[in-house]
Parts: sequence; C-alpha cells; structure tokens
Amino acid sequence: MVENNRWGNFFAHVILILGVAIVVFPVYVAIIASTHPPGTFVRGVMPLWPGTNAWENYTTAITEGRSRAGTPPIGGMMWNSFIMAMAITIGKLSISIISAFAIVYFRFPGRIFFFWIIFLTLMLPVEVRIVPTFQVVADFGMLNSFAGLSIPLIASATATFLFRQFFMTVPEELMEAARVDGAGPMKFFKDILLPLSITNIAALFVIMFIYGWNQYLWPLLITTDPDYYTIVMGIQRMVTGGDSEPLWHLVMATVVLAALPPVLVILFMQRLFVKGLTETEK
Amino acid sequence: MASITMDNLCKVYIGGVKAVSDVNLDIADGEMIVLVGPSGCGKSTLLRMVAGLETISDGTLKIGDRVVNNLEPADRDIAMVFQNYALYPHMTVFNNLAYGLKNRGFKKAEIDRRVREAAQMLEIGQFLDRKPRQLSGGQRQRVAMGRALVREPAAFLFDEPLSNLDAKLRVQMRVEIRQLQKRLRTTSLYVTHDQLEALTMADRLVVLNAGRIEQVGTPMELYSRPATTFVAGFIGSPAMNMLPAEYLKTLVSADDLAHLPQSADLIGIRPEDLSLAPPKEGEMALTGELMLLEPAGAESHLHLKLAGLKDIFVARLPQVPDVSEGTALTFSLRRDQLHPFDSASGQRVA
Ligand SMILES: Nc1ncnc2c1ncn2[C@@H]1O[C@H](COP(=O)(O)OP(=O)(O)OP(=O)(O)O)[C@@H](O)[C@H]1O
Ligand SMILES: [Mg+2]
Repeated sequence: MVENNRWGNFFAHVILILGVAIVVFPVYVAIIASTHPPGTFVRGVMPLWPGTNAWENYTTAITEGRSRAGTPPIGGMMWNSFIMAMAITIGKLSISIISAFAIVYFRFPGRIFFFWIIFLTLMLPVEVRIVPTFQVVADFGMLNSFAGLSIPLIASATATFLFRQFFMTVPEELMEAARVDGAGPMKFFKDILLPLSITNIAALFVIMFIYGWNQYLWPLLITTDPDYYTIVMGIQRMVTGGDSEPLWHLVMATVVLAALPPVLVILFMQRLFVKGLTETEK
Repeated sequence: MASITMDNLCKVYIGGVKAVSDVNLDIADGEMIVLVGPSGCGKSTLLRMVAGLETISDGTLKIGDRVVNNLEPADRDIAMVFQNYALYPHMTVFNNLAYGLKNRGFKKAEIDRRVREAAQMLEIGQFLDRKPRQLSGGQRQRVAMGRALVREPAAFLFDEPLSNLDAKLRVQMRVEIRQLQKRLRTTSLYVTHDQLEALTMADRLVVLNAGRIEQVGTPMELYSRPATTFVAGFIGSPAMNMLPAEYLKTLVSADDLAHLPQSADLIGIRPEDLSLAPPKEGEMALTGELMLLEPAGAESHLHLKLAGLKDIFVARLPQVPDVSEGTALTFSLRRDQLHPFDSASGQRVA
C-alpha cells in the first residue's frame, strides 16, 4: 500500500470516478433513451432525465417488436439467446472439465499430443474458421437449429487449460487417499474433484455465458428463420431493417433487456465467487 | 490383522532410478516396524509399494496369505496416513472418516458406530461437523488417524505422519499412536527420519540405505550392535565417533585393543560411553583437548581435539561438567564398548 496521503487519495478517486463515468455513461444513455417517446432521440437533443414512456416502450418491445420490419418480438429472441448461451456454457464446461481430468489424471499414449492439439485450437476462434465451419454445419443440415447455433462454439481450449491448471494444484495425496478409500477414478471425479472445482466452474460459467450470449456473427450467418433469431442479431436487424428511421426508443429498450440476463447470471454466481475467494479450501 | 511378507521387492522408476533393491522382510502379525534412513533412501517408495500406490517392479508382496502385487490399494485391506494428512477439504470430519466405509457399501448404522468409536478413541468427537480447515494441525492429524482406524484394516501404513507438527505435539502423538497400536494390535509400517521416533516406537527397526536394507532388529540391537558403519553413524545422537585402528593404537596401550579381530581397522566409539571418572579394571583411557562445551540442560556435548587427528571427537556426558575450554581431559571407556568395523566393506567384524 502506498502511504495514505490526502491528495493521493483524492487523485485516486478522481481517476476512478472518471473511469466509472466513461463506462457507465453509454449504459445510462441507453436506459434514458428507452423511456422517452418515439422521435425524442432523432431530434438530436439527448435528454438526460428519464421520460414517461418506459412502460409503453418496454411492452411494445417485448410483445410486438418491429414485426413489420421482419423482426420478431424480443421475448422469443431472448429465449433463443438463452438456450444458445446455456447450451454453449454447459457444453463447454462439461467437455473441458472432462478433458482436463483425462489429461491430468490418466497416463495414455498421446496425452501430451492431445493436450497440444486442444491448446492449438485457442488460435482458431469462430471468426477464423467461419467458412469451413459453416460448410460442415450446412452439410449436417444444422442451419436454423439450436444444434447449429451452439455445437460449433462448444469446444473450449481456455476452459480446458484453466481446469488443467487447477487440477494440478490439487495435492496428489488426495487422489491417493481416495484410491485407498476405495474410490475409482470416476468416483474420485464426482466426489472430490467436482466439489473442489465449484468456484472455478462458477467463474467460467459467467464468462462462458456472456460469451455465448454475445455471439453475433455466427447466429447471423446460419439463421435465416426468424424462429431462431437471437437477441443480439435482433438488435442489429431492428437498426438496419425496414426503410423507415430506426425506432430508437424500441432499440434502446431491447438493448437494456438484452443486457439483463448476463447481469443476472453474474449476480447469481457472485455468491459462489465470493465464497470461493473468502474461504480457501486448503 | 495380518502379517506382511516382502520377498525380493524391487522398484525401478521410469527413467531408471532404482529406488528399492532386493528388500526381504517378514513383518509378524501385530508388529510395529519402523523404516528409517536418510532422505531419498527409498522409505516412501517401499511404503507406497505396500500400499499399492507404486507398482512393484520385481519380487512378491504378501499381506496375510494373499499375494497382493497386482491388487488395487482399496483391495489390499490396508489404511494409510499421509504426511500432509490428505483430508478431503470439502467434507466434514465425519464424512472424511465415513468416505472409505461408504465406498465399501457399509450400512449407515455400522458407519455411524465405527466413526463415533474412532472419534471417541482419538478425542475428536466434538469436531465431527467441522471442515478440515477449521482444525489445528494436531487435530487434522487425529482425523487422518481416524480415517485409517475406522476401516479396521489388516495393516496401517504411516508416511512421516508427525513431521508437520511442532516438537511437543510430536512427542505426544508419538506416544498416542504407539499406545493405540499396542491396544489394537494392528500390523504397522511406519516411515520416519526422526531417529528418536524410530527408536521409541518400533518393535523392530529397519534401516534403509540407497534402497537396500542395512540392518533389521530391535532398537536396542541396532543401537548396541550396529551391523555396519552406516547404521552405526545413523542410529545414536550425537553420531558415533569413528577412529582408524592404526591411529587408536598410538593413543592407547596394545592390551586395550588385543581383544579385537585383526581385520578391524575402523573403531567406533559412542559419545555417551565415555565418562570422566578415572579408568577402572577393564577400561581404557583417552585424552583430548576440550574445544567446545555444549551444555544441553541435563546433559552436555564435549567437542574434543585428539592429538594427531583431524576430525573432532565428541563425548556426551549425563551432566554439565565444571571444566573450561582449552584444558586437556581424560575419559575412560570400557574395552567391550568399542565397535570394530572393516572399513573396506563397512561391516562389523565382531
Ligand atoms: N516418481 C518418481 N520418479 C522417479 N524417481 C523417483 C520418483 N519418486 C521418487 N524417486 C526417487 O527414488 C528415490 C527414493 O525416493 P523416496 O521418496 O522413496 O525417498 P524417501 O526415503 O522417502 O525420502 P524422504 O525422507 O526425503 O521422504 C529418490 O532417489 C527419488 O529421487
Ligand atoms: Mg518420503
């Protein structure tokens, strides 16, 4: 800690407040804009105080959307996003924790090779492999389906790597004690490794959920059926679709709604996080 | 309860390190065997081979009448206490004790009975609902013991279980473990590098050196008749003084060494066998200059310089004598307390 100097303190606060303001201001503008009647936004003068149309704007956004421009009501799109994000998160977590378990606790031929192969995929995010992946998904007939939306995004080197690092910090004697206690590998995984990993799982859950929720390019590419539109691409369609001016009040209401689930996930998982930070289990 | 029979056990690690070579040892039912030796001599490896945590490269291992070479640890009917306790951090003390029993399909009532019995024996009854991190080191140690106890196994295996405790607690736990072992009469194999622990706990002591057994015997046998210079140097504190026979001849009369065999060219003298009393019948005298007096409460260690000898010679007296450093002191020593060795082979010769 630096010395507790009054001016230093003041300065630190100024910087922090500035930082927060820069991050929070656009969010604030979005929330404010979503409460004003249509037209306020395009007039060019951005009000800084909440308007009176909040209820109306939000109900329109949820139930009606901008149907005439080919954008479905956002309730359905939120649901699609949720399914996709959950599938990606759960898929990533289960696959990576199992691969890390295999790599750390089993000696099989090609162990190191497979580890590096997994590691290499870090260099191949969706954007890089988008054309071949699209081809594969199309050939499997998975365009316009939840499987197509989520499966290509499930493999995760990052999570595998993080779980591997964590497993390597678990004392080996724990595994040996479990062996002496009559627990086979799967029982050890279920009874000991999984409960010990719970805070890591919670942290990765948040990161993966937001990653899945924010997917834009991929859903845009493989869905043509409005039944499978996700909220993030829906926002884009609301802005560009149709010939008329974008209905900014509705767009902003949608943006605010779209930002809610990740916030809820963070709030929910925070309990586990903080628990993990405050009581180290070792 | 069972005996343990090791027949030519060998362990070669991947990469060619030969950690254990040709170990032959019969452990009787109910016996407490302590394995000692310097760091890296293969104590843990041997113990882990018995536990089934290391594969056996060669030889046969029997627990009771069963050859267990290829059995999983869980099927060997042994329980192990680890140096760092290896308690399951997310489970309560009760579940730590119960886990092995649950996996073996014991009935709930039986698990409950055994856990409470062990908890009572180890006085950890009031901690059953706590997690390991809410316990002190000593209490964790007891829980680790309890986990072994509830299984009522054929043998206990201990790998330096007390080395993470402070000195006082170590003495206390040492006594408790020994009492418990005597009461339950469970065959035990105990690894330590603390020779006091080894001498006080063992029915028989096994000294390992570079993967081989140097000597097996009761603590008193090893102390009074070490079979090799290695054991002589390892057991006893301060370590035995070793003098070349040629040199000793120049210090003492020929009669003093006449009873020793010709081949004895290295003579061991235990520091505690020396006394400041004048030599009596059957005793010999040794004179040296006192370099350093280390008082240690009830006893003292005297570091001496013998004429013409590079190494320091140590004497241990059961009191702190009133002498000053720099003076010449004459010690007496019974002739039959000399330990004759052959320096080439390191073996005792009489
Ligand atoms: N997994 C391993 N792979 C290769 N060599 C090993 C392995 N484990 C131990 N060794 C080697 O085997 C020898 C015996 O090791 P071991 O752990 O049994 O010693 P120890 O007597 O228990 O020592 P300490 O008192 O320090 O615990 C050492 O030389 C060590 O380097
Ligand atoms: Mg060891």
